[in-house]
Amino acid sequence: MKSFTVLKGIAAPMDRANVDTDLIIPKQFLKSIKRSGFGPNLFDEVRYLDQGEPGQDCSGRPLNMDFPLNQARYQGACVLLARDNFGCGSSREHAPWALEDFGLRCIIAPSFADIFYNNCFKNGILPIVLDADVVDRLFQQMYATEGYELSIDLERQVVQTPSGESIHFDVDAFRKHCLLNGLDDIALTLESAPAIRSFEQNWRQQSPWLFDVIR
Amino acid sequence: MSGQTLYDKLWQSHLVEQRDDGSALIYIDRQLIHEVTSPQAFEGLRISGRAPWRVDANFAVPDHNVPTERQERSGGVAGIIDPISRLQVQTLDDNCRDFQILEFQVNDVRQGIVHVVGPEQGVTLPGMTIVCGDSHTSTHGALGALAHGIGTSEVEHVMATQCLVQQKMKNMLVKVDGTLPSGVTAKDVVLAIIGKIGTAGGTGYAIEFGGEVVRGLSLEGRMTICNMAIEAGARAGLIAVDETTIEYVKGRPYAPSGAQWDLAVAAWRELHSDPDAHFDRVVELRGEDIKPQVTWGTSPEMVLPIDGVIPDPASMDNAAQRESTERALHYMGLKAGMAITDIRLDTVFIGSCTNSRIEDLRAAAAVVKGKKVAATVKRALVVPGSGQIKLQAEAEGLDKIFTAAGMEWREPGCSMCLAMNSDKLGAGEHCASTSNRNFEGRQGFGGRTHLVSPAMAAAAAVAGHFVDVRNW
Repeated sequence: MKSFTVLKGIAAPMDRANVDTDLIIPKQFLKSIKRSGFGPNLFDEVRYLDQGEPGQDCSGRPLNMDFPLNQARYQGACVLLARDNFGCGSSREHAPWALEDFGLRCIIAPSFADIFYNNCFKNGILPIVLDADVVDRLFQQMYATEGYELSIDLERQVVQTPSGESIHFDVDAFRKHCLLNGLDDIALTLESAPAIRSFEQNWRQQSPWLFDVIR
Repeated sequence: MSGQTLYDKLWQSHLVEQRDDGSALIYIDRQLIHEVTSPQAFEGLRISGRAPWRVDANFAVPDHNVPTERQERSGGVAGIIDPISRLQVQTLDDNCRDFQILEFQVNDVRQGIVHVVGPEQGVTLPGMTIVCGDSHTSTHGALGALAHGIGTSEVEHVMATQCLVQQKMKNMLVKVDGTLPSGVTAKDVVLAIIGKIGTAGGTGYAIEFGGEVVRGLSLEGRMTICNMAIEAGARAGLIAVDETTIEYVKGRPYAPSGAQWDLAVAAWRELHSDPDAHFDRVVELRGEDIKPQVTWGTSPEMVLPIDGVIPDPASMDNAAQRESTERALHYMGLKAGMAITDIRLDTVFIGSCTNSRIEDLRAAAAVVKGKKVAATVKRALVVPGSGQIKLQAEAEGLDKIFTAAGMEWREPGCSMCLAMNSDKLGAGEHCASTSNRNFEGRQGFGGRTHLVSPAMAAAAAVAGHFVDVRNW
């Protein structure tokens, strides 16, 4: 996994509540057996004017120019400003894969759906929860300022605006540690293998019907 | 000290390690695997040279991509016309063979939607921790299990370590007391709950469903409720074990038997919240107040009783709510003030992990028996949740009732719930659907989904528009 330490760059809007994972990456693209290449289909149904199909070359497709990520001022964005309950719906990790592949490494919203929030951390993406009025203020500043950039420092847990305002955010210590260092959390968990084995041995004695049945 | 909730008990019994930073290592008893969210996890194991921690904890079945038309289905994996879908299903077969994981393949008579097959086969049981790379894993909580959806990285993590790194969730109790009016079902109860607490109302919580109405439901109905816990934002839904649970599990192919059955039942009888357990939030509804529900918008919380009228965004004070209502009405092609009963349907879909069990099919068949699908309805699909349910329905003659009414009787799979196979809505089509999500494009590009119960979907198929099934 890519580590996340400090990020500075253009912020772009996804200005609606309850953005679901079907909207982030529509189902036809979930047929891929790969983990990469989802970026061109991020937000496919609102980004293009036609219906996308897997395996298609997206470079010649008609763009919906009302969609911010297609507009010149938001090109190269790496931060997404979003509204409440971002990432609701399905557990598809294709959603963070598509965001990451597109180049978005940080999403700022008043709230996230649980599974999506968790999936972000597994893919080098930092989801930041800020109060709704703070997010709203960032939206307004962004709309008012072409080339609006935010800088995010995970170690210090701070979002900095172009005017120099520093906004603190909370992040769970374990997730922060993994993201800062780009750690593979399977390897970390396997450090606890003796504890897992010992738990399993007791559990097997207590609940033998849970073992050796499905085969 | 107050007592424990059901969630607390399940968490505690599976806690391997509590860490100082607040995270915990939780042991996972069962991982369910399907073709869409697993290939990258298997690939990850191969790349890192890791083996599954415990092969017998895993169970696989293809469901999302499988064709439901008999002709296409008859050719097995090789017969799947879409080459990308075919490769994904084939990849699941290959991975399960290589890693020696039990799989019910596409034409196995036990194949079906993973959340239908798990409980039906006794692969998922009370007291377990259950995960699957699918958000509707919450379904299995109806058995008194801790079950939730995970992403593909976690699928790989569970394969490799048999554990998940978790933060403990908060506890919510949704209590539905009283009695349900005739014609009002589990689906209406859960839609009413989502309407009340919203699609983010359960975020960060495990929701336990209780009260007289929930206790009075069959296990199938309880699964419908827990299935949609995620639509209220809660990863896990739970219902306490009682006689209904134990009767349901008894005799299932992979359920314990003999002396182990007695041991298991004794343990399962503890799987309820203590009377003095503390819940962080309690929500109460009365069964009598619940009417048949219909979603009119593009989020499950945009739901109304059958006698409702479409809301008027102009009357809303909250700007965000006004904007999302306007957007939803535009997408759905509906006008403020319109009666729900005036919504006309092009398609009817009865199926999905929410409502494709035998009880659902019986309820739909009872409504359409001796009647015909309205001429204006272009297509009505009935897709059983598993091969076993299909056989049972055919033994009861339900398939004949559906086909005589002009409905299509299909092979089991996820089908039009998420339209990954060829069962899709056309742009602009309105669909009465027994599935769980009415998001934009969910059932097909530009498709317009209305979530309802099986009986309501069947009645809409006959009438051509929504009708109150209580007067049917």
